[in-house]
Amino acid sequence: MVLNCRHVWDYISGYLDDTLAADVRASVEEHLAHCEICSAVLDSTRNILILTADDRVFELPLGYSERLHARLSQAMLEIPPPTREGEST
Amino acid sequence: MQPPAESRDENAMIAKVLAGGTDTFHELIRPYERSVYMMALSLLHNEAEAEDAAQESFIKAYRNLGRFRAESRFSTWLIAIVLNEARGRLRRKQPGLTDSIDDTSEGSVTPAQLTDWREIPSESLERKEVRSLIRQALNSLPLPYREVFVLRELEERNVQETAEALGITSASVKMRLHRARMMLQKQLAPDLISQAPKRRRRFPWF
Repeated sequence: MVLNCRHVWDYISGYLDDTLAADVRASVEEHLAHCEICSAVLDSTRNILILTADDRVFELPLGYSERLHARLSQAMLEIPPPTREGEST
Repeated sequence: MQPPAESRDENAMIAKVLAGGTDTFHELIRPYERSVYMMALSLLHNEAEAEDAAQESFIKAYRNLGRFRAESRFSTWLIAIVLNEARGRLRRKQPGLTDSIDDTSEGSVTPAQLTDWREIPSESLERKEVRSLIRQALNSLPLPYREVFVLRELEERNVQETAEALGITSASVKMRLHRARMMLQKQLAPDLISQAPKRRRRFPWF
């Protein structure tokens, strides 16, 4: 199977997640071996995924956890304790 | 997301809360604090509102804990709650915002075509501009793509959990994830390359 660049772009996610059928994967690899543009698209996509998943991109606001548990404790005083639904309360 | 330790028996913790040991709820949610905030933030784009939505979500989870059924994962159930909470807030702000996108048509996204991609080192994230570029790109994804992207890539949920939390098919999860990745590549690759330090040409004579 000979793939053009556009086909290869459609397979990039499957390639990264390793969910392509063996013959498709082989064709993608064959294309990547001689196509500089598709190789760069693949590498840039992979790198961008690594960067976006980094915890430093989104940081928790300072004091978030403390405020959350304080509000929860307050709410738990006001809300009747939950019970398994269907059981008598 | 930090996976709960093997020894955590969440069903036992939930049973304890439901039997009156309500303080155990604090312990139960600890591993998901970040996840729930992140989901809220990725939908709402505002830190203060995301924090409020996260708090509300945990309170709802507490209030409705009796309805939780052990056949789904507690984390998936929590994510569904925060999604509902954040979507409700979005709808109040922007009525008419809907999820209708077409997951079936081909409609491939054309990536940015480059030849000089070099690895952007993760140290580049120490720079504010780089973090801000990435956040902007994520925020610019249409909501249905953003939800899938955050769950799969940031929260590392598998296809099935993502489908379950969002109430869509696994095929839609895969399609949306692929398009989201390509949209991010298209938007970020040119920007990130221009942010990268100039490479020293070590062997220009070759």
